[in-house]
Amino acid sequence: MSDSVGIVTPQKWVFEAPITLSSGAVLPRYELMVETYGELNADKSNAILICHALSGHHHVAGYHTAEDKAPGWWDSMIGPGKPIDTNRFFVIGVNNLGGCHGSTGPSSINPATGEPYGSAFPVVLVRDWVETQARLADRLGIQQFAAVIGGSLGGMQALRWSITYPERIRHALVIASAPKLTTQNIAFNDVARQAIITDPEFHGGDFYQHGVVPRRGLRLARMLGHITYLSDDGMGEKFGRLLRTGEYQYGFDVEFEIESYLRYQGDKFANVFDANTYLLMTKALDYFDPARHYGGSLAEAMRQAKAKFLVVSFTTDWRFAPARSREIVKALLDADRTVSYAEIESQHGHDAFLMQDAPYMNVMRAYLNNVAKEIA
Amino acid sequence: MAHQTTLRADLKHIAEQIKPNSRVLDLGCADGELLAWLQANKQVRGIGVDVDVNSIVTCVEKNLNVIQADMESGLQHFEDGSFDFVVLSLTIQSMHNVELILQEMLRVGRCGIVTFPNFGYWENRWQILKGQMPVSETIPYEWYNTPNIHFCTVKDFSQLLAKLGMQVDGQVVLHQGEPVNFLPNLLGSLALVQFSQTKVV
Repeated sequence: MSDSVGIVTPQKWVFEAPITLSSGAVLPRYELMVETYGELNADKSNAILICHALSGHHHVAGYHTAEDKAPGWWDSMIGPGKPIDTNRFFVIGVNNLGGCHGSTGPSSINPATGEPYGSAFPVVLVRDWVETQARLADRLGIQQFAAVIGGSLGGMQALRWSITYPERIRHALVIASAPKLTTQNIAFNDVARQAIITDPEFHGGDFYQHGVVPRRGLRLARMLGHITYLSDDGMGEKFGRLLRTGEYQYGFDVEFEIESYLRYQGDKFANVFDANTYLLMTKALDYFDPARHYGGSLAEAMRQAKAKFLVVSFTTDWRFAPARSREIVKALLDADRTVSYAEIESQHGHDAFLMQDAPYMNVMRAYLNNVAKEIA
Repeated sequence: MAHQTTLRADLKHIAEQIKPNSRVLDLGCADGELLAWLQANKQVRGIGVDVDVNSIVTCVEKNLNVIQADMESGLQHFEDGSFDFVVLSLTIQSMHNVELILQEMLRVGRCGIVTFPNFGYWENRWQILKGQMPVSETIPYEWYNTPNIHFCTVKDFSQLLAKLGMQVDGQVVLHQGEPVNFLPNLLGSLALVQFSQTKVV
């Protein structure tokens, strides 16, 4: 456990100043759940912000109790001596606004009604998250992040940071991400949303008052999502056509191992995740398109940035394919920004950004080692 | 950054052609030796391209900007005229699309520099005369395991450039790192050619 950050305690940060969101909606106050690892140095130059993806949260590394079975979701990357080395960096994990792990979200109490927000919770965009993260940085006294790092939807936040606050980040690490979703990707998200919205127990988003959870919808959404996070090859290698009993049962119960796996993942997720948060996160993905404000030119958008970039993609990721990362790289090169790009061979599909393929870990370690030297 | 003072002989001759403070694209940059030297000693703004992820890791370790890409399909990452020099060192002989890469080099850059093993080197000719495919210090593979598919001589290469509307601006033929001025296509084992679009007078 010497490479673990050990037992960590989440903190709740309360922001009493109202925030006007991109949609025009105003939240009078909000709370963010935060975890930090390592020590902030005297000139506050060694902070790294970790931005989470669709189902992530502030618990990025370490354990909450000695009994925890699993560590934080990116424990493989973060810890003493790991690529994001907590001996050198002060690492911040935050649960985004609209989340369901303690930050203000649809299941929080709406001060205006005394009831959970539910359907009244406004749509949040990636730029809104960046705004709340910037306010968090202000409170921590961090003027400039050494790096903002994220995979998938988290990578979109890192990109947005570099455009909105060019002076406030030295490096952006954009992993398994995209400059905007493809049509197909939006389509997947809508099927997931429809699964949730058409669940009779969704109640238009106000299911909390009914004492129910749209578990079936959430489960289906997760099962669908999970298929798209894995590669065909990876899935085939892991499950093949394996049958649980070894024989055809000629029915509709769980027979193939893949069915068992997906149902297990779906059930597990439906027990802990909030349906409204799932809708919000997928909408934030769909709306993300920084080029939109620059005449459709991503290069023009990236021209705002001052950070240096590391872009990473994975060969079998078809949900956020390497071609999408190459668009980011091309835009950065066209905008004359500093960028390195690695296209990692991996069997793990989109999930690869959470895995430990050696070249991936090596390139992250090499890059962040230089970031650490730069700020030392 | 520590100044690297020693540079592989063929890279040293490439480095000599490159003007200080220029923008350099190094295709097939491998461990980034040339780029690191150029950045430290000639203050160039450099980008490397390589298909091998281990090269990417090594270059990132050296704090070089590097893009992992397969150059066989061209240099789509890069805009027209973004570089002063585009270098392709000891790689062209193993590429499928030789004409495309040469055209792409002069699309994204003003000046190209290519190095390649000179198939016309006497020892290669001698081995063929003896009835065998050449194996030498610049061509260290057997015919059955070589990655090299497009061998040429110094003369062949300049003919191809002419066909593509390009001109030779400078040429050095080396043997064991030293320039060969007498009968270079026969006595030199490694060629360096600097080229650009043929100027219309």
